[in-house]
Amino acid sequence: MSTMIKMVRALTAAAALAVAGPALAAGDHKPNIEEYSWSFAGPFGTFDRGQLQRGFKVYQENCAACHGLNLVAFRNLAEEGGPSFSEDEAKAIAADYTVVDGPDDFGDMFDRPAILSDRFPSPFPNEQAARAANNGAYPPDFSLLAKARAAKRGLPWFLFDPFTQYAENGPDYIVSLLTGYVDAPDDLEVPDGQYYNDAFLAGQFISMAPPLFEEAVEYTDGTPMTVEQYAKDVAAFMMWAAEPHLEERKKLGFRVMIFLIVFAGMLYFTKEKLWRNVAH
Amino acid sequence: MAGHSNYVPQSAAAKWLESRLPVISLVRGSFVDFPTPKNLNYWWTFGGILFFVLIAQILTGVVLAMHYTASAASAFNSVEHIMRDVNFGWLLRYLHSNGASMFFIAVYIHIFRGLYYGSYKAPREISWILGVIIFLLMMATAFMGYVLPWGQMSFWGATVITNLFSALPLVGEAVVTWLWGGFAVDNPTLNRFYSLHYLLPFMIFGVVLLHVWAFHTTGNNNPTGVQPKSKQDTIPFHPYYTIKDLFAIVVFMILFAWFVFYTPNYLGHADNYIRANPLVTPSHIVPEWYFLPFYAILRAVPDKLGGVVLMFGAIAVLFILPWLDTSKVRSGAYRPLFKQFFWIFAANCVVLGYLGAMPAEGWYVVFSQICTAYYFAHFLVILPLLGFLERPTPLPASISESVLKGGGSGTPVGAAAAPETK
Repeated sequence: MSTMIKMVRALTAAAALAVAGPALAAGDHKPNIEEYSWSFAGPFGTFDRGQLQRGFKVYQENCAACHGLNLVAFRNLAEEGGPSFSEDEAKAIAADYTVVDGPDDFGDMFDRPAILSDRFPSPFPNEQAARAANNGAYPPDFSLLAKARAAKRGLPWFLFDPFTQYAENGPDYIVSLLTGYVDAPDDLEVPDGQYYNDAFLAGQFISMAPPLFEEAVEYTDGTPMTVEQYAKDVAAFMMWAAEPHLEERKKLGFRVMIFLIVFAGMLYFTKEKLWRNVAH
Repeated sequence: MAGHSNYVPQSAAAKWLESRLPVISLVRGSFVDFPTPKNLNYWWTFGGILFFVLIAQILTGVVLAMHYTASAASAFNSVEHIMRDVNFGWLLRYLHSNGASMFFIAVYIHIFRGLYYGSYKAPREISWILGVIIFLLMMATAFMGYVLPWGQMSFWGATVITNLFSALPLVGEAVVTWLWGGFAVDNPTLNRFYSLHYLLPFMIFGVVLLHVWAFHTTGNNNPTGVQPKSKQDTIPFHPYYTIKDLFAIVVFMILFAWFVFYTPNYLGHADNYIRANPLVTPSHIVPEWYFLPFYAILRAVPDKLGGVVLMFGAIAVLFILPWLDTSKVRSGAYRPLFKQFFWIFAANCVVLGYLGAMPAEGWYVVFSQICTAYYFAHFLVILPLLGFLERPTPLPASISESVLKGGGSGTPVGAAAAPETK
């Protein structure tokens, strides 16, 4: 019997090695993704209104020409838990966009300025048009991007993440990508129309040209106008766009937690009292 | 079940009802007066927890179905409509998607509790087999539910799993076309998955009632594995286990709420926030975490049919488990060798889960094969042999005796009863 146990122990040790082995071997293109601090992280996280408004400005002036936002409605801009524009401001923002409506009484489609209930119109009529205008690449819609991208966390980090409530993989990746346009290693030839990026998940080369430049977007509140600041602001905005009820969720969560913990405590003592005469 | 009730109807209305349909004594016999071993530990609360999660899934699911659109063109956006525009839609959806994971966390603990304490052994084989059927139905329900948001992982997961049936000899291709309702995963597939996803939970509910009926007929197992001998060994289900289960459910809800409110997407996959696109294959297609051990077994074999057979075999072997374990002692607490192999087996399942999440290449495949072989060896070689090779520690004469000697949770005591007279 003891030889059998020894054999099994050897097997488990081998299995443990197997788990560690390939992780060490893999290392061709490891995306370089950094962690940033976010106001909306953690159990009491809230969006920074100023940051969301700045991020929206960066989006409008720098990204919106290629990237859509078609799940977000203009009314959302004035809703609680978001950038908190006033209703008039949101109306004014909407009025700058043109949407197709119709058909009218004569059966014709017509253009009109957007109103609060409209969603952001897409910059291209369809995917083919988007690809044709972008050297074959398709700029993804921004509505869900902050939740649709996540770097592999790997052992052991993925085990800790639920305890530390790390849920900012998306915005961390977006900032890393936007600031990841570094010089390519000397032995690497960058294909025409592509750019080297050390954070890009899908490979070393990305079709998007570096989109942000220092002082390209005017900030009037004294926030530094650097590429990293722009990247953080637009990533925060994208997180809100992807999860507009994030604040409400965390706020309600805290109340639910308090209730459940108190309720569980009361139930525990009730249970102890009921069981006091039962040997078990 | 009803036989355990000492209920005597008092009011005229209750007498009238009882003489026509004895539903009051049925419920009382099953969930109020039902004699339950007094030494059940907290691992036994997972049955009640599972019942709670099933009801929660059905309730949130029914409301979600009011807002969801089952069509390849609009499913993805209707889920986002729920997340953005429906009042508390985000809460309903996160409760439901994380609820699926909670269901599997609870069911795996419940299954491993049964494995450790020998709850599958005579006379509880039927209860165990019904449990395995519930597990299969749960897996089918969860798989089809994951397809409904029509994201990239939904689509490609559905493609990979349904394609498994193409491994069947001769009829494989025809079966897959029949499952899809076409020549690829598309709108007809989504519609039938939606229909079945709504149907199967009610079938689960039905089998759960049979599962409970079966072990209420045999009586609960308990940490000592020794059958109750006298009235001193049992207590009525209510209030003792209603309060204990309720406490456990609320503690479990804390874990549940932690995921729902703080890391609602941790257990999901980021790619499922990308709309399904039949022309773009994700770089790694991985199923939800609760399928990963079985996925590792599937991919451990280079042959497609072989992989499918092994994967289904991994669950099929559970059906015959009551007859594979040759030991006469039920509870692992009195089986020194079994106890060690039990934990090795559990660790092996966790490693299989990890391997299932890794790409099927290089050493990962080799170790998937080793772990798969061990998985089956545990059931087909180790358990049958252990019954002959192992010398169990003495069992207590009764539940009360083990409790009085401070071994209520199943720790062996120096009682001098022979295993065969349990």
